[in-house]
Amino acid sequence: MIDYSYDIEMVKGRIEKGIRTNNRKDDEYREIKIETGILKNAAGSAKVTLGKTMIYAGTKLEIGTPYPDTPEEGGITVGVELSPIGAPEFYAGPPSETSIELSRVVDRGIREAKTIDFKKLLLVPKEKAWFVYVDIYVMNHDGNLFDACQMAAMAALKTTKIPKIDKEFNQIKGEYSGNLKLEKLPVLNTYSKISNKIILDPDLNEDYATEARLSIAIDDNLNICALQKGEKGFFTQDELKEMIKTSKKKYKEMRKIFEKL
Amino acid sequence: MVKKRVDGREMNELRPIKITPSVVERADGSAYLEWGQNKMIVAVYGPKELLPKHLANSQRGKINFIYRMAPFSVPERKNPKPGRRDIEISKVVGEALSYAVLLEEFPGMVIDVYVQILDSNAGTRVAALTAASVALADAGIPMKDLVTAVAVGKANGNIIADLNKNEEDADDAVDMAFAMLPGSEEIVLLQADGILSEDEFDKAIKIAKEKCQEVRKLQIEALKSKFKALKG
Repeated sequence: MIDYSYDIEMVKGRIEKGIRTNNRKDDEYREIKIETGILKNAAGSAKVTLGKTMIYAGTKLEIGTPYPDTPEEGGITVGVELSPIGAPEFYAGPPSETSIELSRVVDRGIREAKTIDFKKLLLVPKEKAWFVYVDIYVMNHDGNLFDACQMAAMAALKTTKIPKIDKEFNQIKGEYSGNLKLEKLPVLNTYSKISNKIILDPDLNEDYATEARLSIAIDDNLNICALQKGEKGFFTQDELKEMIKTSKKKYKEMRKIFEKL
Repeated sequence: MVKKRVDGREMNELRPIKITPSVVERADGSAYLEWGQNKMIVAVYGPKELLPKHLANSQRGKINFIYRMAPFSVPERKNPKPGRRDIEISKVVGEALSYAVLLEEFPGMVIDVYVQILDSNAGTRVAALTAASVALADAGIPMKDLVTAVAVGKANGNIIADLNKNEEDADDAVDMAFAMLPGSEEIVLLQADGILSEDEFDKAIKIAKEKCQEVRKLQIEALKSKFKALKG
């Protein structure tokens, strides 16, 4: 086990001098590694490591009844589990505030970009449609769970197969009829403000020193599709502008990672 | 011609097993294990003070073993909340580990052992126990011996080792989870469901013991490879 001292003052001092671990630039991600198709029982699966943060995501498709206000659409549910495996500060038990915020931010970025056309999930109007469940497990927490979980969700979705069904709409075990189509490839970028400096992809020590946090989801047209500010500090309008500019600049290279899957 | 099983295995042949220790950086000890299609991660945190204090035992430490299956780890999506099966497995596997760990060295303390099943195809509890004992060794927790587990049983009239899901679903299927300390052959886990004659039971136990010795070699190799890697 590594001794994380969470020495906030030390992290602040380093950030003020422009020093990050491994000489990382302020707008640079740690190494991203993605493996897909690793779990047989899942319809889609991915293992993502962002530096030393390690995430597993798996998808399942189930047939359900469309909601009354969207009778011709299926849906998606995203859940993040802060497994006690992933960090000494995580506990077994009902979802914490942190895991609920994480789930909702990841869900919103994917949903608002219209990543999945829910109409294409319809089987019988008002009666039957596919519902996609994305379950995300944090297996080692070394900072920036927002982006790592979003990447794992996107990688698992991008490689999700749609189960084959019989005439009675029962799933045929282990057989698939095709791939889930993703209409868009949104990217989530999370920034930390520490001592009036803004950095992308905070590692664990930087997470602990964060005064204000911003997550920006950008879609294929370089529009913003979701935002979430967190922690007790503030951002100025200029700072917001700067982060949005950085995210728009970053989008293409980030997208390439998912295009290949 | 020798009869073989559905997946081409011999009657007492295990599925391929791969064990990698030290995969979770934040944990005190950990292991990743693949056993056929079964895939899991185990992490150990502790020993640490057991709170609230009235739950602590002033003579001995305690193992808190938690086994969980991910919703996507089974053919039909599972509710992420733990079910009765998860809780029973957590109890008996935790008890099996408790015999091996020198808990008298940790009065008032707890050692948390968490298992997350990521993919499954029969035999996850024995795989989890095998992996947990590697993770405990990885954490440097003193033990009498490693705990080694296998499943044995019966399917289609044969006594076999390491049943897969297909064999577990046979009409005459018996699935028996077995674990022992390989040095002393002290048996610390035994669960079975299905009909076995005494002779069949004896045969199954004999296979289980042999197979445990085979699995033990893999556990030791995995731990050795870690220390070799440390030395450079």
